[in-house]
Amino acid sequence: MENTLRQKAKELLEKGDVKVVIGYGWNKRKTRTTPVFITKPEDVEKLVFNPLCVNNLSLYLTRKFADIKALGKPAIVAKGCDIKTIAVLISESQIKREDVVILGMNCNGVVYKQELWKGELKPEIMPTKCHNCDVRNPHIADIIIGEKVNFTPPDTPAGMVFDKIRDLDKKSGEERWGFWIEHFNRCIKCYACRQICPLCYCDRCIAEKNMPQWIETSAHPRGNLAWNLKRAMDLTGRCTFCGECERACPVNIPLNLVNQKLALVVKDAFGHKAGYDEKVHPPMIVFNMEDQEDFIK
Amino acid sequence: MSEHTQHKHGSFEPQIIAFVCNWCTYAGADLAGTSRMEYKPNVRIIKLPCTGRIDPLFIIKAFEKGADGVLVSGCHPGDCHYTTGNYHARRRWIAFKNLMDFIGIDEKRLHFSWVSASEAIKWVDLVNNITDEVKKLGPFVEYKGLSER
Repeated sequence: MENTLRQKAKELLEKGDVKVVIGYGWNKRKTRTTPVFITKPEDVEKLVFNPLCVNNLSLYLTRKFADIKALGKPAIVAKGCDIKTIAVLISESQIKREDVVILGMNCNGVVYKQELWKGELKPEIMPTKCHNCDVRNPHIADIIIGEKVNFTPPDTPAGMVFDKIRDLDKKSGEERWGFWIEHFNRCIKCYACRQICPLCYCDRCIAEKNMPQWIETSAHPRGNLAWNLKRAMDLTGRCTFCGECERACPVNIPLNLVNQKLALVVKDAFGHKAGYDEKVHPPMIVFNMEDQEDFIK
Repeated sequence: MSEHTQHKHGSFEPQIIAFVCNWCTYAGADLAGTSRMEYKPNVRIIKLPCTGRIDPLFIIKAFEKGADGVLVSGCHPGDCHYTTGNYHARRRWIAFKNLMDFIGIDEKRLHFSWVSASEAIKWVDLVNNITDEVKKLGPFVEYKGLSER
């Protein structure tokens, strides 16, 4: 699989179809994978693909990384879940489909955190998204690499994140409020969730606007709540559950819960699942005359 | 605004912030005024060009600044001055309402409605009902408590 990947990357670079291949490589001690940017055909040996390749590289296609854009047309090594993010980026006109070569990897699942890797991929160390993955065989790709994977996701979403959402839904409003305030209180406003999110690509974030100051800059419970609500709201119908925000959070706020709760709401209310079709508009920029309005008096 | 209005008898008077659109609900509230209808004085109206202009942050900010309840109101579907603003707003509200509910904010504190320019009576009833409802719930101590942490 890695050999095919290297060979395809080499061909692309040699032919000049792409100027840079964004992929995964080893760190110096070969314990973790790290993003690599291959610009020379002889460097393709650096590319690897294994269950440690958990991070979503589509972040590097956004306008946050002008220096990578400046290299020229990219090819990107992407798992099915990363391709979902690319599809949303395309549907939001952030990149054009023809401006990126997607090297789709058939994937058997990845680890939730690279630290958990003990040489074997077990269901316990896989994130919730892998247990419910219906894109183990990439759905949008120019080149598909690897053997076809046979995996049928469960009908009802299973795994820790969805169990916790159902659990919270059963609780009373006060209990939920207590749960979230306790978590959001820990927020230190580092904005790692925003920086790592491939779909948070505004040039100027509302959190940095101070005339007027919409979101308090200090790590105070009141502003923390406002920030986390705003972040979740802006990802409504767009979040593809790559899980990077929760992984990047230094104080372990369960951001996947809010994101996935809203994804479930969007699926119920508008029948939309983010990231499956790059030609469909995101649900929050369109509307339907028949949208549910039983709550509006 | 952070201090809620206290009557002489010490009974609680809630602060309701109403985000209304310029073309329908504001005109409806105006009609209630010019028709000399009486309604509870707890509501503070903030006029915006369209419900589509209402960012969820407005509502969060209102709660932050001490509102006990928020009302969002605009033109009926099909009546929007800008043709589709209220349809977009409705989508946003569906998500936002569910988010607020998931976070644990009582749904009785956040109301959405359509009030047209001729529905002064509906506006009066709406404000009275919401004021009574929020009054029963009491001050929004959970949110206000965040300031003191």
